[in-house]
Amino acid sequence: MPPSIALRMNHALPPEYRERLLRVGREATFAQGARLFEEGGHANRFWIVRSGTVALDMHVPGRRPPVVETLGIGDLVGWSWLYEPFVWQLGAVAVTPLQAYELDAVAVRLMCLDDPGFGRAVEHWVGRVLAHRLNAARARLVDLYGIYETKEER
Amino acid sequence: MVEEYGAASDRSRDHGSDRASEQEDDMTATAASAVLDRDGLDALVGALVAQGRTVVGPTVRDGAIVLAELTTADALPYGWGVELDAGRYRLVPREDGAAFAHSAGPQSWKSYLHPARERLWSADRTPEGQVTFTEHTAEPPSYAFLGVRPCDLRAIAIQDRVLTGGRYEDSGYGGRRRGALLIAAECTEPGATCFCVSAGGGPAADPGYDLALTEVIDDEGHRFLARAGSEEGARLLERVPHRAADPVTEATARTSVDAARDRMGRALPATDLRALLSGNPEAARWNDVAERCLTCGNCTMVCPTCFCTTTEEVTDLTGDHTERWQRWDSCFDLDFSYLHGGPVRRSARSRYRQWLTHKLATWHDQFDTSGCVGCGRCIAWCPVGIDITEEVAALEAERETETD
Amino acid sequence: MTAVPVPHRVVARRPETADTVTLRFEPVGRALPDFLPGQFAMVHSFGRGEIPVSVSSVQATGGLAHTVRSVGAVSEGLCAARVGDVVGIRGPYGTSWRAEQARGRDVVIVAGGIGFAPLRPLILGVLAEPAAHGQVNVLIGARTPSDLIARAEVASWATAFTGVTVDQPEPDWRGDVGVVTQLLGRARFEPETTTAFVCGPEPMIRATARELAHRGVPREHIQVSLERNMRCATGHCGHCQLGGLLVCRAGPVVDWASAEPLLSVREL
Repeated sequence: MPPSIALRMNHALPPEYRERLLRVGREATFAQGARLFEEGGHANRFWIVRSGTVALDMHVPGRRPPVVETLGIGDLVGWSWLYEPFVWQLGAVAVTPLQAYELDAVAVRLMCLDDPGFGRAVEHWVGRVLAHRLNAARARLVDLYGIYETKEER
Repeated sequence: MVEEYGAASDRSRDHGSDRASEQEDDMTATAASAVLDRDGLDALVGALVAQGRTVVGPTVRDGAIVLAELTTADALPYGWGVELDAGRYRLVPREDGAAFAHSAGPQSWKSYLHPARERLWSADRTPEGQVTFTEHTAEPPSYAFLGVRPCDLRAIAIQDRVLTGGRYEDSGYGGRRRGALLIAAECTEPGATCFCVSAGGGPAADPGYDLALTEVIDDEGHRFLARAGSEEGARLLERVPHRAADPVTEATARTSVDAARDRMGRALPATDLRALLSGNPEAARWNDVAERCLTCGNCTMVCPTCFCTTTEEVTDLTGDHTERWQRWDSCFDLDFSYLHGGPVRRSARSRYRQWLTHKLATWHDQFDTSGCVGCGRCIAWCPVGIDITEEVAALEAERETETD
Repeated sequence: MTAVPVPHRVVARRPETADTVTLRFEPVGRALPDFLPGQFAMVHSFGRGEIPVSVSSVQATGGLAHTVRSVGAVSEGLCAARVGDVVGIRGPYGTSWRAEQARGRDVVIVAGGIGFAPLRPLILGVLAEPAAHGQVNVLIGARTPSDLIARAEVASWATAFTGVTVDQPEPDWRGDVGVVTQLLGRARFEPETTTAFVCGPEPMIRATARELAHRGVPREHIQVSLERNMRCATGHCGHCQLGGLLVCRAGPVVDWASAEPLLSVREL
């Protein structure tokens, strides 16, 4: 992985584990508009973005799929591959032409079982990504940019 | 008179050693101490009134010692003292007929220098949409404050620093302050809520007064040792009947004031208050005091250094004339810290913490001095009897148990 | 002297979003001293009152302008002002963005919501001197695409990286969705030799400044703009206290090293 991407990964995997991870990966390309996965599908792959933007969306009948979050260079796309039931919770689509490292989730889960040290590092890495995304989602829930009206009687 | 008040206007800005040495020069240039009797004091008031000054001093009204305009010294509270405790203030008669043997009245001199309501400016709009803003500059009254306790003298100096010692001057305050003559009354009868000594002051008056009086009552009679602290004070003294100070009166005055140092009702702990208060925003004691505090703001009203104000827009019915008014405000008010839909300090806990931390700690960060002079008014006038010396001691005790 | 407002005429009015308007002013008579980016004025709406508003343009970059969001009686009055109306303005007050601290360094500017307005004149100043700075990054966050200010102008800026993201997209939004700190991964800067400028809602400032510090930007090189209730703007009314700071005097621009301990205490 070129240093430029490694450095920009929002939460880094230690270098030696990163190299091992990428050995079971390949470089993938998606055209603009191509879907990476659908909600409900088997989470048997995951990606690290090299260039371009991915949008995570939800399908809601009667609405254009609302975009929950966009991910860019260095970001991990997908975490459901690490936790039972290994089912995607959202959909993902390439908003721009996309280049990413694509990794085989089954292979990576086997590597984690084989080498507990590697397994701990991967779980820790994904856990930190999740924590960061949760905090970000919570910040958006609070609607800080909105106007707060106190409804209390004075 | 304003020109001759060069020293006073410098006094309103300078503090510490520069001011002290100026005052020493003034004092060596003026007469030695004098003694006034009660008639002399009355003549003093008369002379000030004749000069066109508004004389303000303590009087008895509604069961308290209240500052009011005086035309004669007879209105002074001769023979009245006070009984003080946390949440308690009672006038008690005194047999000795003393005029200045009381403290912690419900007001301070800020009622005159930094009044509760003041118009700042007004604006007028023409039908064509032209707007003119006009500053409100009234001729400041010429005050003479009779009976300024040493703690209140220090409080005035502290407010001078806040309101005129920074980049911008509160010109209303500045005008009133420069025109005010200060006659201090040294303390011989500290109250049960007094703690000026541990607040960095004392019962003796610091330089900054025009005239200082020390009341002496013994077999020789009821008299006042008078010392000039400025040229104007000296000139005033010359104009009223007096005699040269005798050694007995001087000695009695000095020992009474010295003795008062040891008779303070309370004391602040001798600790670094900045570190104690600013460093412990999450102390449990804040919860404790919050359960008692009504956030009524009495403490901020009676405190001689509390200076916070707010501004209000006041329009007339035409809508073409508006005025900006300033009025006293209190950090205990819920609206005080209003920001984006609600108060930053909503809980009583946070508001009490703000007041006490500001008074004793962050005042140093903002204005290079403490904000507290130890006058004890907040203790006497708190309806639930919260005692800041007790609160500070409890905070310190809590910190000690934590570091064990 | 008492701080009395100086009459200014509205010479241009630009609605930015549904509740935000930028007003550009010319003095009717006497002009105010030059404002620096980051400073604020007390702006008076006749018969309603005064509010503190940061400058969104200074005299040197096209004329004095303020971007006002309608959240109360005074701001509502100002947002309703028409070209030709006269309002009172007094200032400049407060500390400015210390742009000189960023010379020779990478720059990261993070704007949340209406916090974009006080940063705009700083950004223009930095972009006007490309040789004096390293890589310049601008990150902007807003609630929805309709709440973004000056989109075309932002898109025209020659930066190393410009990122714009929203909390909630709208159907035709093709840009990023998520919190503004998420964009830091795509910005181009060496943290140790970066100066950052952050403005927006206070929790957003805390999260952004912490993230920048975590990445290695020195705390003294993270400048934030604080906000508290203000009445006088001259250090006399006591309302704007934040611990030992008077925000009208020691702020609104403060470095994160000073601000962090104050902002982390609830209800300080």
